[in-house]
Amino acid sequence: MRIGVFVCHCGNNIKATVDVALLAERVREGFLWGASSVSPSVSPSVSPSASPSVTSVVFSADYMYLCAEGGQKMITDAITEHGLEGVVVCACSPRMHEATFRKAAQRAGLNPYKLEIANIREQCSWVHADKKAATDKALSLAKAAIAKVKLAKPLFPGENTVEKRALVIGGGIAGIQAALDIAEAGFAVDLVEKTPSIGGKMAQLDKTFPTLDCSACILTPKMVEAASHENITLHTYSEVEKVEGFVGSFTAVIRKKARGVNIKKCTGCGDCLAACPMKKIPNEFESGMANRTAIYIPFAQAVPNVPVIDRNHCAYFKNGKCKRCEGACQPKAIDFSQEDELIAERYGVIVAATGYEPIALDAFGEYGYHDNKDVITSLEFERLTNASGPTGGKLLRPSDGRVPKRVTFIQCVGSRDATARGKPYCSKVCCMYTAKHAILIKEKHPETDVEVFYIDVRTPGKSFEEFYRRAVEAYGVRYIKGQVGKVIGENGSLRIQAMDMLENGRYDSVTDLVVLAAAVEPSADTKKIARMLAAPADVNGFLSEAHPKLRPVESATAGVFLCGMANGPKDIPETVAQASAAACKAIGILMKDKLVTNPCTAKADEDLCNGCGLCVGVCPYGAISSEGGAFPRVVCVNSALCQGCGGCAAACPSGAMDLQGFSHRQITAEVDALCL
Amino acid sequence: MDFLYYPGCTLSTTAKQLDECARLCAEKLRIKLEEIESWQCCGAVFPLTSCRIDTKLAAVRVLVQARNKGKPLVTLCAACHHVIKQVNHQAANDAEFRQTIKNYDADLLYAGEATVYHYMEVLRQHVGFDTIKERITNPQKGRRIGAYYGCLLLRPGEVIQFDDAENPRILEDFIRALGAKAVSYPMRNECCGGYRALEDGDKTKALTEKVIASAVSHGAQALVTACPLCQYQMAMASGGELDVCYFTELLAEALDIDDIDDE
Repeated sequence: MRIGVFVCHCGNNIKATVDVALLAERVREGFLWGASSVSPSVSPSVSPSASPSVTSVVFSADYMYLCAEGGQKMITDAITEHGLEGVVVCACSPRMHEATFRKAAQRAGLNPYKLEIANIREQCSWVHADKKAATDKALSLAKAAIAKVKLAKPLFPGENTVEKRALVIGGGIAGIQAALDIAEAGFAVDLVEKTPSIGGKMAQLDKTFPTLDCSACILTPKMVEAASHENITLHTYSEVEKVEGFVGSFTAVIRKKARGVNIKKCTGCGDCLAACPMKKIPNEFESGMANRTAIYIPFAQAVPNVPVIDRNHCAYFKNGKCKRCEGACQPKAIDFSQEDELIAERYGVIVAATGYEPIALDAFGEYGYHDNKDVITSLEFERLTNASGPTGGKLLRPSDGRVPKRVTFIQCVGSRDATARGKPYCSKVCCMYTAKHAILIKEKHPETDVEVFYIDVRTPGKSFEEFYRRAVEAYGVRYIKGQVGKVIGENGSLRIQAMDMLENGRYDSVTDLVVLAAAVEPSADTKKIARMLAAPADVNGFLSEAHPKLRPVESATAGVFLCGMANGPKDIPETVAQASAAACKAIGILMKDKLVTNPCTAKADEDLCNGCGLCVGVCPYGAISSEGGAFPRVVCVNSALCQGCGGCAAACPSGAMDLQGFSHRQITAEVDALCL
Repeated sequence: MDFLYYPGCTLSTTAKQLDECARLCAEKLRIKLEEIESWQCCGAVFPLTSCRIDTKLAAVRVLVQARNKGKPLVTLCAACHHVIKQVNHQAANDAEFRQTIKNYDADLLYAGEATVYHYMEVLRQHVGFDTIKERITNPQKGRRIGAYYGCLLLRPGEVIQFDDAENPRILEDFIRALGAKAVSYPMRNECCGGYRALEDGDKTKALTEKVIASAVSHGAQALVTACPLCQYQMAMASGGELDVCYFTELLAEALDIDDIDDE
């Protein structure tokens, strides 16, 4: 077998730590027939001949950037000129450019699975300092890859059809935008939202920074558009329960929770709300700052504008008596007998837009959030300043309804807090919305004193810094660098104890209203959804992108796309941009009729399988069964479902199960090359 | 309920009531407290400079004794509790500290194996406030009592693990168990400034006055504390406006223990 080895410099990424020229020379050791020296880059030396039955490295060279056009050409030319039957590329991680190089090999007529990567960047040059030792290690890695490629078999990808329907999980601005974009491209979309209405957190906000346009005014038309779009099916008050399958062919089970109200009959008149005797239930949409009834429409612009019966609070569901709403309903839409409905649907792609929540403040006792009515969160402040909020947009203290003479904002409540109670990351939106809140107060009440405690003010974004400066310079908002140590309720006011770091002194003063910028975290269900989708999440629970720079809207699981806060803190424009990007990527798959499948799947040798079934339990994708094969009890793998994880191959006691492209023999050969 | 007991030096001198009431109450509540042998002063301050071990050695010796006897160690004074729990935590988590101790005295092989409780934790976990509620014969009905935690009893919260350092409730629960009304006021977990009393008395005075004012404005008629330094500062600062006593004194009163040696 004639093998060619290519060593990449990656600029100085590899070259600075690994002697690339020496490596290109030494990979030929033990396989040399007469060639005396290698002069890399300029004129790669070639062994004149090699017997076809003997494996030999007949070609080796190093190059500045193998992934660049010139580098790829070097590989394709060498394959043709020297009749290479196997190629090893010593470069970066296969996650980075394996596909690039395999495509190049294919162009030259080589089966792409006859090309192997030796990762001498992430796993060698980047983590070592000693050049000699790093070069030795790189050589070992290269030899292991050569040993593997020797045993490589040509593999051929299969095909599977694409279900031309998208599932979008989460009906906030991210999900709405993604659904609209996919629908506009002509594909059917199911938009699943857990709460009774789409709209998400954005529907709760008052104005949006830095332009101060009204959040509801720009959001509600989109909500209506989503509801009325011919390609979008809304599933509100619904949750995804189960997801199976793979890109192009997912199956999801959606639980449509019983509303107790027939959506088709309801006219949204609200007579039932007036009739409901349970009137003291904290209103989630108003962040608990107002009450609602047990049968309720979450907010005036809700989509759909249909009430839902909150069974935990409904008098009929609790005590078996009441049904006053039923009496009040003219169109007879109330239906107490309604039960949860499960629907199963097939999808080609899934967009996860599960959003965020502010963290609970139980662990932050020093701010007295639970002890003082006038200590509120920023989301509560949004409602307090919102014209449709509980005070009609008037800034009134929750405790006594007075206009506060001084308002104190505390930023980074739990953000940039590496202790167990906080979050190590920056929540990104708080600096800007706090500046917005400060300006909104000053516009309504110029005489009210506004102070902001901050660690750093972070305003990267278009027109952001100007906006913040306006708060300081035009509106006279006082920014104090320092953390607040304690908020003390005394005689109807709040005393702030803090450090003023620029004055290097203690700050001790009285205020009327305290607003806490609580850190954001992924919504509670994100973890559950991530597990269902087999989509990886980071240490903070945010869904991870497949590549932080180059694949920012894709999950590592094929066919699953991410957008909005579920993926990490971001503001509305970024969320919308990411949602459109996710939609675009999703459309890219939906446009195709068939998808090429990865041939590196598991395969059972029917002669060796003893039917023990251990692999069946190990497989996370349900790809293995003993039905449908040629013999009873002997297992077979559904290559469309198999993701190539190799769990079954490791579990198989008789060695019958093997992973194509990563066979037992190949891996043993790699280990031998490294250790012997 | 069998415990080793570390009284500490202040409790043998200026804060005798704290100790004496604790022992009498323990007897009545069937908590067996065995005073640890030849104990020394805890050092009173847990030094934050990593190179100093001299003031931690006494704590290590006590902890070694507790481990060897296989019984949990009970402390009472807030300062002793603070130092001994911190040293225990450091011994468990800091290999360099363990080595330094060993270098000093090869017999001191200790890696944080002992369990340390504050007397109040024993009341909560091992006796139970509900049981105390049943056992008291002189409920403190009608009294409005504020708990004064100070700083040492609670912090650092992740090491001391006594209660939520920013919003503690254990002493309030205790006060309620004794039949009194617990007055929860915001300054209850602020430092009394006692450590600075000799160096800058005005600073200390400003701090204690804030605490007293906060307690009074929330309607407290008395304060209970677990710290001799706090008790001293608060009693001085309140000028008789508030009755400031140790929590064990209140417990003794509720249990009708009257053979206390008043000084």
